[in-house]
Amino acid sequence: MKKLLLILLILPSLTSANEEAPLDKAPIDASNHHSLQRGARTFVNYCLNCHSANYMRYNRLLEIGLTEQQIKDNLLFAGEKVGDTMKVAINKTDAKKWFGATPPDLTVEVRARGADWVYTYMRGFYRDDTRPTGWNNTVYDKVAMPHVLYELQGEQEMNHETHELKLIKTGALSEEEYNTLVGDLTNYLAYMAEPAKQQRNRMGWFVLLFLGVLLVLTYKLKKAYWRDIH
Amino acid sequence: MATNMTEKTKTLAGSLLNWVDQRFPLTSNIKTHLTEYYAPKNFNFWYFFGSLALMVLVLQILTGIFLTMHYKPDAELAFGSVEYIMRDVSWGWLVRYMHSTGASMFFVVVYMHMFRGIIYGSYRTPRELIWLFGVGIFLVLMGEAFFGYLLPWGQMSYWGAQVIVNLFSAVPFIGPDLSEWLRGDYLVSDATLNRFFAFHVIALPLVLLGLVMSHLIALHEVGSNNPDGVEIKEKKDKKTGIPLDGIPFHPYYTVKDLVGVSVFLIVFSSIIFFAPEMGGYFLEANNFIPADPLKTPAHIAPVWYFTPYYSILRAVPPVLNSQFPGVAAMGLSVAIFALLPWLDKGAVKSIRYRGTLYKKWLAAFVVSFLILGYLGTVPSNVWGQFGAWMGGADRATVVARVFTLIYFAFFILMPWYTKKDKTLPVPERVTGVA
Repeated sequence: MKKLLLILLILPSLTSANEEAPLDKAPIDASNHHSLQRGARTFVNYCLNCHSANYMRYNRLLEIGLTEQQIKDNLLFAGEKVGDTMKVAINKTDAKKWFGATPPDLTVEVRARGADWVYTYMRGFYRDDTRPTGWNNTVYDKVAMPHVLYELQGEQEMNHETHELKLIKTGALSEEEYNTLVGDLTNYLAYMAEPAKQQRNRMGWFVLLFLGVLLVLTYKLKKAYWRDIH
Repeated sequence: MATNMTEKTKTLAGSLLNWVDQRFPLTSNIKTHLTEYYAPKNFNFWYFFGSLALMVLVLQILTGIFLTMHYKPDAELAFGSVEYIMRDVSWGWLVRYMHSTGASMFFVVVYMHMFRGIIYGSYRTPRELIWLFGVGIFLVLMGEAFFGYLLPWGQMSYWGAQVIVNLFSAVPFIGPDLSEWLRGDYLVSDATLNRFFAFHVIALPLVLLGLVMSHLIALHEVGSNNPDGVEIKEKKDKKTGIPLDGIPFHPYYTVKDLVGVSVFLIVFSSIIFFAPEMGGYFLEANNFIPADPLKTPAHIAPVWYFTPYYSILRAVPPVLNSQFPGVAAMGLSVAIFALLPWLDKGAVKSIRYRGTLYKKWLAAFVVSFLILGYLGTVPSNVWGQFGAWMGGADRATVVARVFTLIYFAFFILMPWYTKKDKTLPVPERVTGVA
């Protein structure tokens, strides 16, 4: 137990060694429903096979402008109900055997890592023959996940001297199209991490307006009561 | 009084009140604690934080009750139930953010309240017990925050609890058994979560309410101090017996505190609606990853309100391979506040009439507290290392050690520098009006 304590006390001092790669700014706009819808499509088609979003309900997508019928037709493939959460059928033990790590639930991933990280990560895969999957990543060294979108992006190579990525094999999308796709996906993941955020921000202004008026009134009340105190 | 009584009984409400008063001291209590509790008329900005602390306590209890209706204290379900509250419970996100922001704001308010007590000498005779109850409230509040922080069952919840409970294993002889007993298991687990839940939602809140009550009863017994540190009860109106510088708490300070409440709510709401994570200080990013006993996060930092003491813990080097001195220093750094009434030998209470010697020490203490607080949030190699002449020691650790010494010196040397301090004459009556 003493050793564990010691390790826990020393650990914080060992951390700053990991040099963080610079992150690209993710194009986040929760009011852009088209972007969110495209992102939801990409998420359901590509991510939601291994990664769950166990706390996100399909019918929450009504609030980004989809109809129930659209959700049923385009996003539900395995007999789920629109009120269900986004679960996956993958077996955790199998996943661990295949990838070496269980794919994490992505519901609140953006709150844990930040949107910029996700945006950079999804564009940062490069070929690395030393890895079991053949892929490595600029922001997540020795990542267990293979590049799921490689057919769209193509394949990148890392120049280990300049630390720059170069496309060595083109994919189905141009670089610009791929960036937009990942941008939409990140936008969706950010929305999914906190769906109430838009409502929260909107309400905030009304609450502050109300409190501003309250402050004026309470201040005047105080002045009126205290007039006779010298 | 007699005419008053007859007038009162004329109305329905009046006769009802009369009925109650014959069976329960309602009117007399309202008088003792509000309408005939005479507070000094010169309260300033710093005096808002007492009533604000009470309000935040009520807010925490109310929002906590609603959270309990949907939260599941189960290692398998806890994380998900918090997300369920954030998504599927109507206004659940608002209640949860009020509670998480309330926790941090509770400490903001309490630290300001304590600082007020320190600068105006509110712990001095005859208010030692008020101060001791206050220190008790502070300790219980820290426990309450610590137990509550485990409940979301994120990575920081889990590993924070792991680190803190492990601290107890540094206690000589009984340590390992003690920490195992606290955890209820060999590591932080479902058993720990369940007992922390019990402590957080019922045990400590009960103690807290009892202490707050005692704090207020003691205050209303001896009367409030004020920014001048003058005892207003020494100068009373000969006819009425009311302190000349006293005004009834209600309505004067109730309406004044409403202004404080309005300003506080503006700050509070700005955080809730626009920055509930507060840049990772109120809600840490790592806590959005479910607890994983097999994956230690790279950097474990407590929430901001614990960081000064955490810094002190890290700053004290192990002795004979034991971490106990650090743990003891951390405990002492909190408990030592209780000794203030007996350490302060100053001729005056308020900072307004203290000399420069005291002011310098106080400034050094505030700076130490803030720097230690900052250093507690970052890894100890944040400023790099000194060269070989210092044995390559972490700069931040050395700085933390220096400020830990200053922190304790503020208390330990207090009898000396407060006695030596050249104070100014204290006026007979309070100065100014709030």
